[in-house]
Amino acid sequence: MAILNEEQTMLRDAAKGWVADKAPVTALRKLRDTGGWKTGYDPAAWKEMAEMGWTGVIVPEAYGGSEFGYRSLGLVLEETGRTLAASPLHATAAAAASALLLGGSDAQKETWLGRIAAGEITAALAVDEGPHHHPGSVALKAEKTATGYSLTGTKRFIPDAAEADLVVVAARVSGAPGDTAGIRLFLVTGGAAGLTATPLHAIDNRAHADLAFAATPAELLGETTGAGWDVLSATLDRATALLAAEMMGTATQAFEVILDYLKTRTQFGQLIGSFQALQHRAAKLFTELELTRSCVDAALDALDAGSKDAPALVSLAKAKANETLHLASIEMVQMHGGIGMTDAHDAGLYMKRARVAEALYGSSSYHRDRYAKLGGY
Amino acid sequence: MADFGAELDVFRTETRDWLEANCPASMRTPMTAEETPWGGARFKWANPDSKTWLDRMAEKGWTAPMWPKDYGGGGLTAAQARVLEQEMARIKARPPLFSFGIWMLGPVLLEYANEEQKKAHLPKIVRGEIRWCQGYSEPGAGSDLAGLQTRCEDKGDHFLINGQKVWTSYADQADWIFCLVRTDTTKKHEGISFVLFDMTTPGVDARPIKLISGESPFCETFFTDVKVPKAQMVGKLNGGWDIAKRLLQFERQNISAGGFGGAAGLEIEEVALAHVGADNGKIADGDLRARITAHKMDAKAFSLTVRRVEAEAKSGKGLGPAASILKYAAATLNQHKHELMLEAMGSDGLGWDGEGFDRANIRETRAWLRSKGNSIEGGTSEINLNVVAKRVLGLMDHQ
Repeated sequence: MAILNEEQTMLRDAAKGWVADKAPVTALRKLRDTGGWKTGYDPAAWKEMAEMGWTGVIVPEAYGGSEFGYRSLGLVLEETGRTLAASPLHATAAAAASALLLGGSDAQKETWLGRIAAGEITAALAVDEGPHHHPGSVALKAEKTATGYSLTGTKRFIPDAAEADLVVVAARVSGAPGDTAGIRLFLVTGGAAGLTATPLHAIDNRAHADLAFAATPAELLGETTGAGWDVLSATLDRATALLAAEMMGTATQAFEVILDYLKTRTQFGQLIGSFQALQHRAAKLFTELELTRSCVDAALDALDAGSKDAPALVSLAKAKANETLHLASIEMVQMHGGIGMTDAHDAGLYMKRARVAEALYGSSSYHRDRYAKLGGY
Repeated sequence: MADFGAELDVFRTETRDWLEANCPASMRTPMTAEETPWGGARFKWANPDSKTWLDRMAEKGWTAPMWPKDYGGGGLTAAQARVLEQEMARIKARPPLFSFGIWMLGPVLLEYANEEQKKAHLPKIVRGEIRWCQGYSEPGAGSDLAGLQTRCEDKGDHFLINGQKVWTSYADQADWIFCLVRTDTTKKHEGISFVLFDMTTPGVDARPIKLISGESPFCETFFTDVKVPKAQMVGKLNGGWDIAKRLLQFERQNISAGGFGGAAGLEIEEVALAHVGADNGKIADGDLRARITAHKMDAKAFSLTVRRVEAEAKSGKGLGPAASILKYAAATLNQHKHELMLEAMGSDGLGWDGEGFDRANIRETRAWLRSKGNSIEGGTSEINLNVVAKRVLGLMDHQ
């Protein structure tokens, strides 16, 4: 269960090698320093990711994917998380692909999943409208037209949306914000009429954008109309767990950089790693990482198994990933002392990415509340 | 492996049938502290069903499912042992035996003892006939355990032991002790040996220590000219430290796996709902609810980690790095739980005894006090963090 099979081990090792070689932290710096935050990725690197099959890990073989599952995609994202590798992999192959997989009609899957698996397009999932993740509060309005639907409203801080060829949009066909029964998912193609994307220059230098829809033509995801909220919830579980996997990688790398520094930096004629105050902090951070890893693994395994425990385990995984990455990012600066405050050091990049990832798909308090509700208290 | 598929299914069916036929009804109810089945020569069984259950399970060797059959164990594979665990959990069967012999001593005897010693002690441990206690800490040797001073002198045909142990769990009720003694005063770690002896031997005196919880699970244990047959030393003379450390691993592993659970306690969210009240089904105090939830999530993270460590161990990768953090994490978690429990109970949790307080609440309050020892016993949290820092993370000593 928790143990990787041979395919998974190969996938992870290949990802580890490629990331170290092609997408080290210096690649993010380069992107940042050349205005790359508008597109958010290096097209050549993205092409190689697709060629290695990463965009089709959860896509069924019938649509050209490998169907290795969520745990497997988590392994890849963990590796890209280690070096803060910027790409639309999560938005496309985890978030949007999950929505299509779970809610799409055969025709929609045929049209879009194959192109995602082949790396021909990028896609995004647009849910939140305010500063906090709160999917039930969707207000963006969907109205029926002669040929489909028309969307009007806004979305806030959507990862990899500005350049996306396809945006999966949560919108409301009835009811008021908070009423989940009125929520449906829609497909909007990049460059559709009335769609305006405003790229945001955020602290993590990834591509986030605000979206405005003005009578934008859209297609309902799937043929059934009643299951919008269920499909959205299940999609969010997958996107959230996979983001937690990426965060696990980011936190693990931050810890390893800290540990390396403790073993090389000298003060008072001693390696600073010999000081018990720092040893204990390192040991506690290590403890948190191990506990968090168990949660992330369990959440992804539960999704692959179709377990009814998956929603609670996903909230557990994201809350723990939030807390642990938060701690790791703070310790990364503090344990490096002054050098950790400089732009030349990577600590700042890790901390900035950490806060963005912590907020995306729900803060710790959001997921704690959800966990308690699912537990009946 | 033969464990998979049909054969394991057969084992599961047989096990299920046997448990159904042999587990007494009262052994399928939550265990109370009074009915904890410690066994041993002097044990008074509060519930006769506990003894029946123990005897039936011991007959199959299922009190120590994975020990070899030659020594009374169940001879099960890891997969079969897991099935047994699952099937016991399915009918909510109580553990048949609580035993330091099974948790700590047995595993090191299997590894370090000679054939005669194994034959002499392991079957009795399996059957719960002998209750063991652990002679480790001393007044001057707590965290620095290897500084122990209890002397063991070679008197030709026997050893002579003089000294004092402390925090000896249930020494006043135990039949035998596994004990660390100093056999060479010129060396530290290399001067320690591991001996076994009968607690009824003349010169052994165990005195219970009253704790802040009002209970006395621990003793100070004095040895005055205690004669021990030389055949009762396990391993080599002055070779006891390796055994001692190995046993500590089992002790910490066992503490961790149980998460200091002990007898069935109350569920914290239910306590909070009952004492604080509910608001639309939620614990009415939002701040307390958030902190309880955070704790519950940490507890879940911990149990998932225990499961992951077990899975990794069974896959033959040995104990992964997660294993070493478990004792520290378990202690922190359990103490946090009890603090939250006390807070949730409010004044209902501030009773010591007598009228006006619910028995279950008093038990929780006593458990809260007892839990303060969790970060001290079996290696303090600080020592465990040292172990993680040095052995797992490779951080170095001061030069």
